[in-house]
This record gives sequence, structure tokens and C-alpha cells, in this order.
Amino acid sequence: MKKILIANRGEIAARIVQTCEKLGIEPVIVYSQADRDLPYVKNAKIAYEIGEPPVAKSYLNSERILEVARTEKVDAIHPGYGFLSENANFVREVENANITFIGPSADVVEAMGDKVRARETMQAAGVPVVPGSDGALKDVEEAVKLADEIGYPVMIKASAGGGGIGMQRCEDEKSLRSAFVSSQNRAKAYFGNDEMFMEKFITNSRHIEVQIFGDDHGNVVHLFERDCSIQRRHQKVIEETPSPFLSDEVRQQICEAAVQAGNHVNYTNAGTVEFIVDEEENFYFLEMNTRLQVEHPVTEMITGLDLVKWQIEIAQGNPIPKKQEELTTKGHSFEYRIYAEDPVNFMPSPGKIETFDYPKADGVRVDTGFASQTQVTPFYDPMVAKVIIYGEDRQDALEKSISFFNEWKLDGIKHNGPLFTTILNEESFQKGNYTTNYLNHVKTKVNN
Amino acid sequence: MKEIKASMAGTVLNVLVAEGENVSAGQAVLTLESMKMEIPIETTEEGEVGTVNVNVGDFVNEGDILVVMK
Repeated sequence: MKKILIANRGEIAARIVQTCEKLGIEPVIVYSQADRDLPYVKNAKIAYEIGEPPVAKSYLNSERILEVARTEKVDAIHPGYGFLSENANFVREVENANITFIGPSADVVEAMGDKVRARETMQAAGVPVVPGSDGALKDVEEAVKLADEIGYPVMIKASAGGGGIGMQRCEDEKSLRSAFVSSQNRAKAYFGNDEMFMEKFITNSRHIEVQIFGDDHGNVVHLFERDCSIQRRHQKVIEETPSPFLSDEVRQQICEAAVQAGNHVNYTNAGTVEFIVDEEENFYFLEMNTRLQVEHPVTEMITGLDLVKWQIEIAQGNPIPKKQEELTTKGHSFEYRIYAEDPVNFMPSPGKIETFDYPKADGVRVDTGFASQTQVTPFYDPMVAKVIIYGEDRQDALEKSISFFNEWKLDGIKHNGPLFTTILNEESFQKGNYTTNYLNHVKTKVNN
Repeated sequence: MKEIKASMAGTVLNVLVAEGENVSAGQAVLTLESMKMEIPIETTEEGEVGTVNVNVGDFVNEGDILVVMK
């Protein structure tokens, strides 16, 4: 491959550029009018403005993106995450244009994007799923009947949902009845598909996912787990690997289950199998993300690998660069997602970054699309940077994290940096003792 | 005459009230979308809606007047 179009923006576009340059591949950047002053766009040798700021007019405009791809005669398109990355139609359009899509096949993207089908596929693969509905729910009466059987609280979810959108926890029949209808309407508006399903709500759960890779030669390997339990509004805020919670025995089981899932669907390229884990370390399949994950850097830190390089290798038809038994980890890594938002009520805070400065120390990596004196616009996700810290062990990584947040500077916008300082000095986080409910408690403490 | 202003920059996702409508304190008058999040804009006092200055799809900046109460 000589030329790759990056159909994304911000930190992940900048991240993919780095690997392209390392491999002697020319990156082609596409950007919306709102992003024209971002450093990775200004520094790009080849960059095309593709439209107005709203995503539908730029980053989701597959026609315009493919037009650039044809003009530039690129060999491949890297979709990053979000936007068109899990859009099976886009994958097909790319393939029909005789361009390589850096990711799995359109069929797998489609099968995993439909949450009901994904759940059924995993059951068939022998991977445990959360107790709940077999397939989609016919109507609210069926939902109520099933909830009585499996017991409240339950989660109702949109089949086409993802990223925390289209799901709701219900405590009793009354809340289920009202949530079912409103969630169904939302799902229809957002995803054009109002199919709903139900899962038992797992209390005191952790969210643990496994990185896998598959190739065209029938190989699937895992690159260990990531613990992503620190979330707000079902979106991740801190990730770490290894998980401080899993026993070695269950770690091995969950990684093997992810490989089993990948094998069952003939998975190719990078993917992530997400699990929910209860207090007794029982794990259940949640969903599969058929793309590079935001939090992939923590895996890179402890394996010493470049996952984007692996993606490009595999997309060219090469086998996975390493065998399972050659894959090992060393040390511990955290990722902190810096969001332009109020640290207490999590409300968005677009604006101009005056200063963004941080210590360039050993074990510190910052992935960002922004810099001092750049504008964070309201059109996209509020994530402005990922701070990735590596340490010899968890304690070392914690200490390095604390010194990072004591020394860095980010001002001009409200951001969740103060929250990290609170969390890092908090005993249960230091001990690795937290669940997906953790931020609700910490938030209360900041308020008081 | 009370003005309801945008608490942050964003796009008007939907308008929930009409001119001449009576609203109660705490009622959402419209929803803004900013950074992939829906933010309900509420009135702090009850009264009658005078004018609605924005339409669905409009981009507004922080501090822009969205709705004027009578």
C-alpha cells in the first residue's frame, strides 16, 4: 500500500497519520470546514475539505469521501472509529470502488451491528450472553412478561443501538412500560429501526473487553483485556489494562471466549469483544465493535505493538504478524479521556483552547487532534485528547498519572481534568475496586 | 420580559413550545444538540411564550436569545 485515505477526524486521524508515515505510506486527510485549522490538517501534505461542519454533510458524506479516494487513487481507506467505521453499506461502496477497506468484511460489520443478531450469533458460538430475550421483543406485553420471569431491574436496548444510545434501565413494570415506548421511538428516530430486546440488569458490574485480530488465513488471536468500567452516561472515561479485578483463570477464559467469538464469524482485522462481568466474575457477551477502539493505546503500551500497523498488514492479506504464544504483556497502562465538559454535571463545553501543555515524560503519551489556540466546536464528540500512561506495574502507572495531572495545563474550555485528580486520590480507585457505577459516587463527592 | 438564552453553542434539535403557549417553571422549551448530546433548555419561571427566535436546525452561539417570554 502506498496511499491511505483517513475517513475520520481529530486524534484518531492524527494517530493513523503517524503509522502511515512510519510505514512510508502517504496519508490523505479529509476534513470539514469546522476542522480546517486543526494541526494535523494544517500539517497534512494531502488534505481535502469535504463539506460543512454537520457530520451528515462531511464525515458521513460517503459519496464525497469516495470521490476524494478516486481522485487520489488511494489503495485503502481507514475509517477510524465512529462515523462510517461500522456502516456495512459504506464498506460495500469502498469495496465496489476496488479500494481496500481497513477493517472486517461488510457481512461481519452488518451482523455485529445488529445487536439482536450479534447476541444470537454469540449464543451459537458458545459464548455466554446476558440472560434476556431470545431475539427481538414483539411488543411491550412480551417485554413485561419476560421481565417478570428474569426479574427486575432489566435493561431494554435498541437492536440498532450502540455507544450508550437507545438503552434504558427499568426498575419495575411501570418504568418498563413507559421506557419501552419512548426508547422505541428514539431508536426509530436515531437508527431507523425500532426493534428492541431485553437483558437482565447486572448490578455491580464491570465492563471488560478483549482486543482480537483475525486475518484472511483463518487465524484469530487476542491481545488481552481492557477494563473500561469507569463510565459516564455509558461512555468510557478511564480504561486500564490489565484489569485489576479479574483473576488469572477468568482472564484466560474471557480472552479465549473472545477468540472463539472471532473464529465463529471468520473475523478479519481488528475487533473488540465487550463483556459485562458480575461480582462473581461470571462474564457475558455485550457487543462486538468491528473497528479500532478509542482505547487501543493501552493495549499498545503493554504489548509494545502498533495496532494500526497490524490493521494495515492484515488488510493487505498478510497473516497476523505474531502467533498467540508469542504475544505477551509487560507493565500496566491507563488511558484518561479528556472531554470538553463540565467535570461535575458533564455538560458539554465547546470553546477555544488557550493553552494545552504537558510534561513530556517517560511513559506518557498524549493522542490529540488539538493544540493551544485551537477551537473545540460543538459539532462532534467532546473528546479533545487521550492521556495514556505506562508504568512498570499498576502502582507505578498510578503515580505517573498523578504527576501528569499535577503538571499539565489545559485552559480556555471546561474539561474533566479535575475529575481525574479526584479519582486518582481516591482509595477504591487506587485499589482497583470499582464498578460501572463508580462515577456516580465520585460525582457526589465532588458536589459535596 | 424574560429572555431564555442558549447555555452553550449548538444546533437546535427541536422546539417544544409555540408562541402564545403557557409554560410552567422548569419546563423544557427546546432542545439543543451540542457535542453529540441533547441538552434541554428550560424556562425558570412560568408564563406565556412571546416569540421563538430559532428554528430546528439553526446553529446558535452561547448567549443567543432563543425564546422571549411575555
